[in-house]
Amino acid sequence: MSEPILVAENLTKWFPVKRSLTQVARGERTWVRAVDGVSFSVEKGEIFGLVGESGCGKTTTGKLIMKLLDITDGKLMLQGEDVTHIRGAALSEHRRHVQMIFQDPYASMNPRFTIEDVLMEPLEIHNVGKDMAERNVWVREILEEVKLSPPEEFLARHPHMLSGGQRQRAATARTLMLNPSVIVADEPVSMIDLSTRAEILAMMKQLQREMGLTYIYITHDLSTARYFTDRLAVMYLGKIIEMGEAGTLIDGALHPYTKALIAAVCEPISGKVNRIKEVPIKGEIPAATNIPTGCRFHPRCLYSVPECWQEEEPTLDDIGSGHMVACRRHREIQELGDSARTSEASLGIRRTA
Amino acid sequence: MEKERVLEVQDLELHYFTRKGVVQAVDKLSFFLRKGETLGVVGESGCGKTTMATALLNMPTPPGRIVGGRILLDGQDILTLSENEVRRRVRWETIAMVFQGAMNCLTPVYTIEKQMRETLQQHRAMDKKAARGRMKSYLNLVGLSDDVLRRYPHELSGGMKQRVVIATALFLEPKVIICDEPTTALDVVVQAQIINLLKDLKEQVGLSFIFITHDLSIEAEVSDRILVMYAGRIAELGTNAQIYGPQGPAHPYTQRLLGATPRLHEEVEELAFIPGTPPDLVAPPEGCRFHPRCPVLMERCAHDDVPLREIEPDHLVACWRCFDE
Repeated sequence: MSEPILVAENLTKWFPVKRSLTQVARGERTWVRAVDGVSFSVEKGEIFGLVGESGCGKTTTGKLIMKLLDITDGKLMLQGEDVTHIRGAALSEHRRHVQMIFQDPYASMNPRFTIEDVLMEPLEIHNVGKDMAERNVWVREILEEVKLSPPEEFLARHPHMLSGGQRQRAATARTLMLNPSVIVADEPVSMIDLSTRAEILAMMKQLQREMGLTYIYITHDLSTARYFTDRLAVMYLGKIIEMGEAGTLIDGALHPYTKALIAAVCEPISGKVNRIKEVPIKGEIPAATNIPTGCRFHPRCLYSVPECWQEEEPTLDDIGSGHMVACRRHREIQELGDSARTSEASLGIRRTA
Repeated sequence: MEKERVLEVQDLELHYFTRKGVVQAVDKLSFFLRKGETLGVVGESGCGKTTMATALLNMPTPPGRIVGGRILLDGQDILTLSENEVRRRVRWETIAMVFQGAMNCLTPVYTIEKQMRETLQQHRAMDKKAARGRMKSYLNLVGLSDDVLRRYPHELSGGMKQRVVIATALFLEPKVIICDEPTTALDVVVQAQIINLLKDLKEQVGLSFIFITHDLSIEAEVSDRILVMYAGRIAELGTNAQIYGPQGPAHPYTQRLLGATPRLHEEVEELAFIPGTPPDLVAPPEGCRFHPRCPVLMERCAHDDVPLREIEPDHLVACWRCFDE
């Protein structure tokens, strides 16, 4: 097994909520517990996926890895070095090694810049490359790499002159300029047309193989995650509740939440039009200011028993070959079998709001 | 016996008159919608899906103009009606729309009751109490409780807002509802709930839907028939079984689009994609509009305009490859 490149230990980010005068007087404090103790490690050359619904803390986790936000608690290690509380020059150095591709290729590039400016900027900020000539060569090479060729045709263009797919290629090129070791890709294809989505992902995968990159792929889309990632972690309300090899996790999900997510995914197969789809989950996601006691999923779980909310939160346990799950009843639920599951599930789904 | 057709579109043409030239966004589109059926409309962005939807309500977005064709709603051509008549008798009365990003359709400063009542008062003379009763019954129909009426939009979740918008569209008991990407901004679990709700309504109320999305996997779950648009024209129109069945779709574009759709329970090494981009509709390519991106093109595809022909019952394709000649 190779050395982990990125290790997060109990990574936590709590945002303070604005208080009213009475709350200040009483000394009350409330927090949005966006990321509430997340631990994982990513190996060099691996594609690690973070999936979950909106508000589960996946983007915040990405921003913590980038150090765009201060870490409230826990520890973040990059290439064996503790980067949890770095500042100044060390932080700037960190950003050279960890780069980010943002969701919206329309908003993440300065509209007044040409593509050349966009790609040149990181080099100037970090003062890389000995002269303009060398930088120019690099910019052209990277553009070829992301298949925006011939580069001359794209250098002078502004972002609005590119299609969504081309723009996301340019965004990828920008992250590659500094030769990073980890790239955090936050929903890089969710705003791209389906017909070109696969093309972008294939390109990202090829770059990863060629340059030995490590990706953290953040998404809500399980289908692309399965195709793109090696390992997946499913987040719910700021915590990882299941983690494992992508195929194993999706075909053999154990946590009731993961099962519900998978059941909810639409698939292009005929014969489902006249059926109501059963999604074994109830209610809506609670606010991150008021996280349920015990297992944080229990209010929405169809299998919860009193010990789920009376006892302490279940830990993320390894059940073999790196498949980890945080549910104390996962074995019993599995034994309940399909027949029981569907009849129970049908109670939960309809008219839940 | 074939079911009654609630909506029939014949040779619909909608052009955008821009400074760069005339964009032929919808070009000679013909199809019909049967009572109680869901017709799915899919295609890449810019293929004219939303433009077509605005045409069906006879409210094209400027600089767009409907330049030809007929839209028969219950046998009446709505394009010949005056704006006033359309507003009074067609829009929301017989055909309603759930817009893309419906959560942003609600005014943040009004309560749900106030904005729902606005729709009602424009169309029906009704006192406050009766109106409230009706609003409540429709909110219950979409699975919301009565107290939603007192809430402001920011107090509701995305899924709940979407339900409010659907309730508002149902309100005047239209026959046809156009849903334009109603679930794109929602999480998967909520998306599944909304899809179930629409199926339920179709069954209970006997509504007909036009369901627009770019996602073929959602269409597989909701639509009885699927209309695949490419560059303002119909590439293929077939039943759910014809498009998603083992035989697969007939048009190379649909085939590629389906190939680019990832499947959850299948291990794939490489996903297919469609090289190139959709054409500029100011000067669409000659012949078949898909030919510059088509992997199986023949000589005639580049210059002979391709008609839409029925290759089996209910299955229409516009591709020279699919015709036996």
